[in-house]
Amino acid sequence: MTQDKSNWQQGAALGSTLAAIGFSVLQGLPNQAMAGELEKWDVDAAVLQYVESDSRVQATEAVLGATRNFNSETQLNFKLTVDTLTGASPNGAMPDDQPQTFTRPSGNGRYTVDANALPLDDTFRDTRTTVAVQWSAPLGRDWTYSGGLGYSAEHDYESSSLNASLSRFFNQKNTTLTLASSMSLDTISPEGGLPIGLSAVPEWSSTSFDADFDASRQEGSYADKQVIDVVLGLTQVIDRRTLMQFNYSLSFSAGYMTDPYKLVSVFDQPGGIVQGYRYEERPDSRLKQALFWQTKHQLQGGDIIDGSYRYLFDDWGMTSHTLDLKYRWGLGNQYLEPQIRWYRQSAIDAYQPYITSAQLAENPEALTADYRLGDFDAWTVGLRYGYRFNADTEVYTRIAAYQQLPRDFASDTTPANSGDLPGMTALMLTLGVKF
Amino acid sequence: MKIWISLTLVALLSGCSGIGVKPWERDLLAQQDMQLISDPIEASLDDHVYFSKEGSSGGRGFGGGGCGCN
Repeated sequence: MTQDKSNWQQGAALGSTLAAIGFSVLQGLPNQAMAGELEKWDVDAAVLQYVESDSRVQATEAVLGATRNFNSETQLNFKLTVDTLTGASPNGAMPDDQPQTFTRPSGNGRYTVDANALPLDDTFRDTRTTVAVQWSAPLGRDWTYSGGLGYSAEHDYESSSLNASLSRFFNQKNTTLTLASSMSLDTISPEGGLPIGLSAVPEWSSTSFDADFDASRQEGSYADKQVIDVVLGLTQVIDRRTLMQFNYSLSFSAGYMTDPYKLVSVFDQPGGIVQGYRYEERPDSRLKQALFWQTKHQLQGGDIIDGSYRYLFDDWGMTSHTLDLKYRWGLGNQYLEPQIRWYRQSAIDAYQPYITSAQLAENPEALTADYRLGDFDAWTVGLRYGYRFNADTEVYTRIAAYQQLPRDFASDTTPANSGDLPGMTALMLTLGVKF
Repeated sequence: MKIWISLTLVALLSGCSGIGVKPWERDLLAQQDMQLISDPIEASLDDHVYFSKEGSSGGRGFGGGGCGCN
């Protein structure tokens, strides 16, 4: 992947256009009216710096949110997000006792990985710009609704989405039922074209490299994916200090879901000799379901406990558990918020860390060695500190460490030790302001 | 599971469970810190990181897409 300056420039140009429109609107107003108009806006801005260990991915993500309040329940929200990524990402292949050379996704170049080192593709570089707008308002006394649009673009990916939700209050607004849905249409146009799933990755040193590369590509330079989400939520006020939410959600994706940059190592036998590499291939539809529960409780002294649990399962064979706990410790106009998150997922059916020549001869329908679809646990430990100048103005910072711990892959045919799979530690630092 | 959810819904919607507050007891629940998502920006930054690095997404809200990162 190469850095796409045009997206960055588009994002910057869009930002300055929005700012210019905002200023010209404000300039047209008398001073008093302008002050009144400014009072109706809430601004929320933050920058996240994300750094992975071993010079892997580094990302900077900046978000600017602005909300125009028409009354306590009617709002129009704008959000602009720009993020840049650089660094190296696991390409899916296993470490080997010999150095390994890989063709870059574009076909224009190669990179070599040391013996016994985890293969990382160091051409990872991208900039993404996202814009979103959301409107929410009451509908009579017992209903509220919301609707929004979103668009994001990076050099090899584009997404357009729309969403809508409807809520109904019961029992003096102590119970809220919400039905929400979103739909997104995504287009991927990978660097170097679309590889044919499970085809052989062309060898850089081969005399027939150009012909092999062409033979590994599908017709057309892009592919589509559609995602439909439906969330049914129930929020219940328990008492003056306690609030609870239950959600059931369904997410259906169809289309191209393969990661065109990920490979799978082919060995003659476990622990044997590398025979080559194949492009991965994922199923072309996925149905995920999740149950989510969250509770917030304010203690007598004003401190707040926030706990949540999510159970997710899908038709790819993955199940996952996520536990999240935050404790907001109030200290006058300041607060400290320690947080801890635990996540565990099981591998999808099509995941195995590598494949043997014998298995490949059986023409599997789907295959991936992407560690993000394998068995692992992850921990996040964080601390947020905030300072409030008044009820509406706050600055805050948050530091968090995120660690992924792969588990051994138990299998008769392709066992793997967790030490050979890509574990990872990342540090996240956020700075934010609200006014 | 379906029966359990139905029973819970019926109990809550019928309002006979005795839980909840009167309109004048909403002072604490109205605070921004007591909203289920008290900081939407932090939540969206977290969601983006986890969406990019894990096989699961959504649950709290939409499962999302809009990113070539997974």
